[in-house]
Amino acid sequence: MIYADIVIAILIFSVFLDLFGLKNSLLTRPLFWCSYAIILPFQLLTNWWLTSRNIVMYDPDVISGLRVMSAPIEDLIFGFALILNVMGMWEYWGTKGVQKV
Amino acid sequence: MRESTVLKFSYLAMLIFTAVASFWLEIAFKVHVLRRMKRVLLSLLPISLGFLIWDAYAIAQGHWYFDKEQVTGVNGPFNIPIEEILFFLIIPIAVLMTLEGVARFKPHWKHPDLRK
Repeated sequence: MIYADIVIAILIFSVFLDLFGLKNSLLTRPLFWCSYAIILPFQLLTNWWLTSRNIVMYDPDVISGLRVMSAPIEDLIFGFALILNVMGMWEYWGTKGVQKV
Repeated sequence: MRESTVLKFSYLAMLIFTAVASFWLEIAFKVHVLRRMKRVLLSLLPISLGFLIWDAYAIAQGHWYFDKEQVTGVNGPFNIPIEEILFFLIIPIAVLMTLEGVARFKPHWKHPDLRK
């Protein structure tokens, strides 16, 4: 499988995990979207740094070719899934009583 | 320092920037993420390990590759640059600090079980 396929599969998995796997869905809450709105410019900036300077390069055959601020759209989707999953786990352990405060 | 030496820290510089841009929240807004390291590790390790396995696969397949001039050259297992490993530690912590920072200003947005 290539980057474009894997990232879509991971996005679908992450969304399903959030909506149905964990009881505390973040995708339906303003806490998540407000946090993501703050993170997004930094995500674009750091992706831009890594890709515009060619620090990271991609085999053109494994990406769709769509780019946002120099970075493949796949990077943006990967970042979104990473953010959603980590926040979801954090909320999960919190509600389980692990270091709640 | 020679320019080529500075260049080697190009990827690392982005990680340091992310840490500086977010870790002040720990002090300024007392988000208490770093002091809850057990919960941090439980949250990020399963996710980051998964992504690092993918990273190892993608590097092995040549899906993406790194400019040798712009990374330190220190590699972890499976030829994963140390920067990539640090990425999966620093970025999730920055993300959690942002989440907790927002929750500090909007406590009513918190999960009911997580409100004080």
